Amino acid sequence: MTADLAISVRGLTKDFGSHRVVDHFDMDVPKGAIYGFLGPNGSGKTTTIRMMCGLLTPESGTGQCLGFDIIREAQQIKEHVGYMTQKFSLYEDLTIRENLDFIARMYRMKDRSAKVSAALADLGLTNRAGQLAGTLSGGWKQRLALAAAMLHGPQLLLLDEPTAGVDPKARRDFWDEIRRLSAQGVTVLVSTHYMDEAVQCDFIAYIAYGKKLISGPAGDIPALVGLTTWRVEGPDISGLEARLRKTPGVDQVARFGAVLHVSGKDKAALAQVVATERAQGLHQWHEQAGGLEEAFIYLMAGAPDTLGNDGAAAGGA
Amino acid sequence: MGFSFARFSAVLVKEFIQMRRDRITFGMMIGIPIMQLFLFGFAINSDPKHLPTLVEMADQGPITRAMLMAMKTSDYFAFEGIVTDREAGDRALRDGSANFVAVIPPGFERDVIRGLSPQILLAADASDPSAAGNAVAALSGIVSTAMAQTLTGPLRATAPSPAPFSVTVHKQFNPEGRTATNIVPGLLAIILSMTMVMITAVAIVRESEKGTMETLIATPVRPAEVMLGKITPYILVGYVQTLVFLLAARVIFDVPFLGSRLAFFTGFNLYIVVNLALGFLISTVTRSQMQAMQISFFTLLPTILLSGFMFPFAGMPGWAQVIGNAIPATHFLRITRKVMLKGAGLADISHDLAAIGLIMLVIVAVALKRYRQTLD
Ligand SMILES: Nc1ncnc2c1ncn2[C@@H]1O[C@H](COP(=O)(O)OP(=O)(O)OP(=O)(O)O)[C@@H](O)[C@H]1O
Ligand SMILES: [Mg+2]
Repeated sequence: MTADLAISVRGLTKDFGSHRVVDHFDMDVPKGAIYGFLGPNGSGKTTTIRMMCGLLTPESGTGQCLGFDIIREAQQIKEHVGYMTQKFSLYEDLTIRENLDFIARMYRMKDRSAKVSAALADLGLTNRAGQLAGTLSGGWKQRLALAAAMLHGPQLLLLDEPTAGVDPKARRDFWDEIRRLSAQGVTVLVSTHYMDEAVQCDFIAYIAYGKKLISGPAGDIPALVGLTTWRVEGPDISGLEARLRKTPGVDQVARFGAVLHVSGKDKAALAQVVATERAQGLHQWHEQAGGLEEAFIYLMAGAPDTLGNDGAAAGGA
Repeated sequence: MGFSFARFSAVLVKEFIQMRRDRITFGMMIGIPIMQLFLFGFAINSDPKHLPTLVEMADQGPITRAMLMAMKTSDYFAFEGIVTDREAGDRALRDGSANFVAVIPPGFERDVIRGLSPQILLAADASDPSAAGNAVAALSGIVSTAMAQTLTGPLRATAPSPAPFSVTVHKQFNPEGRTATNIVPGLLAIILSMTMVMITAVAIVRESEKGTMETLIATPVRPAEVMLGKITPYILVGYVQTLVFLLAARVIFDVPFLGSRLAFFTGFNLYIVVNLALGFLISTVTRSQMQAMQISFFTLLPTILLSGFMFPFAGMPGWAQVIGNAIPATHFLRITRKVMLKGAGLADISHDLAAIGLIMLVIVAVALKRYRQTLD
């Protein structure tokens, strides 16, 4: 186990009944990194995160979290990790302050009431501190849960879709905060479905049907997926879109308003298609640096069957 | 593995806050037991009037008439007719057409005047003690007042100083008169079991159902801190319920407490723990508060029916006694009755304590085996 890894797991496997939900999952998260965890619904992100902080026992596999064994030393891991659950799981029948105070007591924090008051001030909830948490709006619940997970100053944050349902301004504030913490050496593992958040991460892992398909520095992901992408503009974009979808050599067509992103795995074949289209002179074609978004849409299209049983398909990278 | 008192008390305080805010559960804990006590108490203490009464008259005269009139105006007795012999009176009692048969012996009037203090027999159907009890209790007073008024004037001199005659009450079918004295201690066993089991199960399952268990066990809190923190408030609830009960038993229902307080306290604590353990066990096999409630209710029925609360234990068939013996309430019921009514001490209830202890060991063993500190 290397000392500069906050998380390092090998071969994590989890079954629910006869259903294999996580299948031989490996991950290395460097200390201080912001690590994005992506994958379609039901692909096993939450399950994996739970195994990392000792909430679920893997069928097989090993790993360490902050130098502690994830199976035998879950207790020590819990002291140093802040975990924000995907579903709101603070007490709805306690007030905002009571919730934070309860969490602070669980970690036996010193200066408890000062820290809680500071967290309330940061949230801008000081004058609503006496309100029951259950009466907060969805986005505010999310922000409260996040504050609770960070309250005890953990070295590692495991955030399961922390910004789902949060408005853009609050999301930007959240990411500013994450980067600030990361600069201080806090490690962040964050699952998300937002591409604009994925691009903020230093590293990304992509999981589907319980298997890791791809992982690496965020900038390398498009290259790893190996897509070539062209950007097209011009008249009758819908007609073009329909036609391109049926053309061999085109693996994916993504529409952004009046613009198409046309991608293919086989660079030469795609170039051939582009040359043919260009010859008609109707549309403007520009080759484009491969984006994360196309890469992920491509990955998801290759692994559609995440509700299925074995995920036999799945051509990964 | 250090036990943190700070975390334990944080869980405890949280539980108290939640208990206070959850009106329905709070009502279930404090309100319903009190309500039931008073419902039962009302039924037990009910003061039925106009009970059908027959008279077997072997003599007649002014004194007899005055006496019957007084009984009638008391509203307890409604005279339905005259029977001619003992046989007819017994039949009426048995088939329920009469609750009382008053028997005026031959030569009654004459004996009163002679100061021989003859006996009136009041045969009462005591199978329903609440029906017969008050009327019977009121009878002597009613009759002697009536006599005092009748035996004025010329007959005054003949009035013997203590009492002109006596009334003998003959309770049939249920000679001990099973009343509040018997029911209230049993009710304590039932209500404690009902609230302790259900509330514990629901309080623990609520954390899993609402998802808060995930946040809770992601913190460094230890299982023992969670369990004790969650259970302790309900132990206190059990104490409060019991106190209210004992007070009500003494003040309202006049139930004595004859035996050893230590014996009661020992049995009572053991009983609370066994019920909390059962609630804990139920919480490990259910996923929602609704399920937890249903299973708790399911345990409540045999507790009421087979513990000896409803029906005398000795009268139940063998298989029912086997089931009954596995129910903690059966043994606690015996403890309360023995201690409160028969003046028992620790030694007298050692068998019952051992039985509860054994049941507790089994429940705790199964519950701990099933408890997970993870979400698996
Ligand atoms: N406790 C459980 N019992 C049975 N199946 C479960 C349990 N928890 C999760 N699963 C199943 O495991 C699979 C993975 O679920 P998981 O919540 O890890 O996915 P996810 O990647 O977090 O999805 P999402 O993006 O929707 O949050 C799903 O098929 C889910 O139904
Ligand atoms: Mg999830």
